[in-house]
Amino acid sequence: MGLELYLDLLSQPCRALYIFARSNNIPFEFKRVQLVKGQHKTEEFRKVNVLMKVPALKDGSFTLAESIAILLYLVQKFKTPDHWYPSDLQKRARVDEYLSWQHANIRMKGSKLFLSKVLLPLLTGQPLPPEKLEFATEELNVTLTQFEEKFLQDKPFIAGSEISLADLVAVVELMQPVCAGYDLFEERPKLKEWRRRVEEAVGKQLFQEAHEEIMDVKNLTADQFAPELLENFKQQLLKQN
Amino acid sequence: MGLELYLDLLSQPCRSIYIFARSNNIPFEFKHVELFKGLTCAFYQAITFKKPYLGLPTSPDSVAWFCCANGTSYPAKLEASITAGPSNSEGAGKVSLLKKVPALKDGDFTLAECTAILLYLSRKYNTPDHWYPSDIQKRARVDEYLSWHHANIRANAPKTMWIKVLIPLFTGQPLPSEKLQEVMEGLSTSLKQFEERFLQDKAFIIGSEISLADLVAIVELMQPVGVGCDIFEDRPRLREWRRRVEDAVGKELFFQAHEMILNIKELSNIQIDPQLKEQLAPVLMKMLK
Repeated sequence: MGLELYLDLLSQPCRALYIFARSNNIPFEFKRVQLVKGQHKTEEFRKVNVLMKVPALKDGSFTLAESIAILLYLVQKFKTPDHWYPSDLQKRARVDEYLSWQHANIRMKGSKLFLSKVLLPLLTGQPLPPEKLEFATEELNVTLTQFEEKFLQDKPFIAGSEISLADLVAVVELMQPVCAGYDLFEERPKLKEWRRRVEEAVGKQLFQEAHEEIMDVKNLTADQFAPELLENFKQQLLKQN
Repeated sequence: MGLELYLDLLSQPCRSIYIFARSNNIPFEFKHVELFKGLTCAFYQAITFKKPYLGLPTSPDSVAWFCCANGTSYPAKLEASITAGPSNSEGAGKVSLLKKVPALKDGDFTLAECTAILLYLSRKYNTPDHWYPSDIQKRARVDEYLSWHHANIRANAPKTMWIKVLIPLFTGQPLPSEKLQEVMEGLSTSLKQFEERFLQDKAFIIGSEISLADLVAIVELMQPVGVGCDIFEDRPRLREWRRRVEDAVGKELFFQAHEMILNIKELSNIQIDPQLKEQLAPVLMKMLK
């Protein structure tokens, strides 16, 4: 039994993994775990990841959670080209720096805007109060400015002249609010150019394919959610907002 | 000029770097950067003279610095008067554009983010393998923890200090008990997952030896301990693990690094300039969201 990747392409970290593995021709079995159907809560999936989250990896008897850990594992195991995780100490540190910072910043704020614009109204049947949406948008913009000023600066990619894990992890996160209807690239030409470069580096077709589902997310309806999940999800989201 | 580490030991990530560097005899210059200008001074006054006063000029810099250091956006009216950082640590302001601690400066190279700094140090100084194992699966376990901890342990543990000590200090009022309860519940869930998924029945997260994962975890958990929420009390397995971690890094070093946080309650005796309180209050409340 070969490498298995448990993914739902609606999830940003899953997309990063999918694109990375495909882009590097890493052979793997795509095990779809549909979050809206609650498939991450089954006993079967729990054996793969007791934390019940996607993405997850299974390599023989070895299981692993957390997209960054999985990406680094694949880099090492399949000896992918150096630019993904440069052996140069300082360039590598730049990638690590972004991968660490992004959790509480781009990832958190991007996800929050997505949840506020798409999921919450979908599940509660009511739009989010405009002040809350404004607040979520403002918070995201603060981190986008930090991303541009601190991480990207005037370079083509975060680590320099070539794409790395950092850019991949960043771009999939930014696509979440975009697919929710907030085109953050519109007023940020530098980011827009960077995105174009990232798409070209991984392959436009692969990038589009990975984002096909999330681009269609506005067509998601409440009845597509497993009923047990619906209430749970709703309560969780309301609490966070 | 050698390696410089910009640290404030009230901050958990700073403590992990401090302990790691000292434990591995990595030569560095300790550059003290305060999360809040004057706080350390006031704190030590509190412990020694018992009559501390945090009466800083109500400089917008202080508040702006504070916001940046804690990753929260500052009130719009302060934006116009942002400078490079507080005047007593200009170096730090230039070091990290994010103006956060911890930060590293190695010649011209500057670096932020605890994980990145720890990994850089482990590679540059060739620290013993167990800290970040070369074995691919063990390494993956460390990476897994370091990634997971951001949105889990680190999402709640730091809030205990804000809720029990710092916010009441700056606003003059304690917070409703539900706030702390909510945070402790969140922390409880994370701790359960930590025991079930990461520690299990092993001595340390990766097995028989300490790694960066244990270090990063322990400093985070000392935050609630310092403010009186002893999360180790009802968790014997965690308590044992903590003891092992302390032994592995050296008890003396461990307690030295934690001196401030373990005496954090002394801060409640500090008086704060009322204007400063007024400026900080909305920022602090926002941090709880």
